[in-house]
Amino acid sequence: MSSYGEITKKTLWTENPVIRQILGICSALAVTNLVANTLVMGIGVSLVTAFSSLTVSLLRNTIPVRVRMMAQTLIIAFYVILVDIVLRAFLPDMSRALGPYVGLIITNCIIMGRCEAFAQTNKPLPSFFDGLMSGLGYTLVLTAIAIVRELMGFGTILGIQILGDWWTPWTIMVMAPSAFFVLASIIWAAKSVALKREISAKRTVSKGVQVSGN
Amino acid sequence: MEISPFVIFFASIFTSNILLTNFLGMCSYLSISKDLKSALGLGEAVIFVMTATSVLNYLVYQYILVPFGLEYLRFIVFIIVIAAFVQLVEMILERFIPNLYYTLGIFLPLITVNCAILGVALFIVIREYNFLQSLAYGAGGGIGWTLAILALAGIRQKVDESKIPKGLQGPGFAMIVTGIMALAFVGFSGILSIQ
Repeated sequence: MSSYGEITKKTLWTENPVIRQILGICSALAVTNLVANTLVMGIGVSLVTAFSSLTVSLLRNTIPVRVRMMAQTLIIAFYVILVDIVLRAFLPDMSRALGPYVGLIITNCIIMGRCEAFAQTNKPLPSFFDGLMSGLGYTLVLTAIAIVRELMGFGTILGIQILGDWWTPWTIMVMAPSAFFVLASIIWAAKSVALKREISAKRTVSKGVQVSGN
Repeated sequence: MEISPFVIFFASIFTSNILLTNFLGMCSYLSISKDLKSALGLGEAVIFVMTATSVLNYLVYQYILVPFGLEYLRFIVFIIVIAAFVQLVEMILERFIPNLYYTLGIFLPLITVNCAILGVALFIVIREYNFLQSLAYGAGGGIGWTLAILALAGIRQKVDESKIPKGLQGPGFAMIVTGIMALAFVGFSGILSIQ
């Protein structure tokens, strides 16, 4: 049983779903041309992950192991339909902008991954928290990508003009290819930092051994 | 919305490539593209399943969900149709064409969770395609996806020998290659496009 602090650290950094496990890439690339779209998508994914984990955890002793994949998919689909209906009712423009990507939350591997890896073997409350934090880890990375893309593509953030008239918008930043470049750069940076920390951690350990040996 | 099926077919292979412009099916694209042979196997399976399920889902949506006013159930229904179809194909192949089953079989379960298949079905609903257009979009989408994964697998095999910064190895590098490929494909969008 892991504590809440540990879950937070894991889902936000050491096992961040997007940059460390490379899960849920499809929507990470597709919705990040505007910050507003990204935030809505992030909230949707976080809620679906949290509640699916909660439900799977509550039912973990009643669902037979052999049909659990199908059961999980149906649970996830149920919550995605709720999100879709709420979006269409209250934010119709956003719903149109996100298009099929709301429905594609079902096949987002993060949610299935958390259900399978965590909720299946843990109590409901920690599972809910784990799902919520995984969703948050996903949202953070996506927002970072979206800020770069919107700022360079339109000179705005959340529709508010940030860069003045002197800025020539990079049209490429709102088109498909740039999504790959920005995400790749973020993964590169994160991995380099992680590698460096690993090396320095190893060094301190070996130093400690030497000191105690003397 | 009366675009010729031929335009849809070619556009979905090249300029509106489902992977390079809609980012669908990225997970298996990044993990299975390490060698050409398995990339081709997965690609063949995707073409087959995508063509068949896009037509199936179109029929189910038009003739079952719409008449009963159940459009909001489409996510669940599409996923079930895809999962059931994949299961069925697996059983038929195992029984009648075991050779094909051994080469293609391991890729079939992967396809159920490939978001490109579900994505195509959802795009067909949103863009209000008719039967022939759906067929063209399903087949073209599958071929386009296969083209992209084959290109990436080929490039990755060549690049294996060269030195890449440690932090960039693996998915990071694959993504940059994909970005450059996407640039090339987008460059042709003046010739034909369907958006």
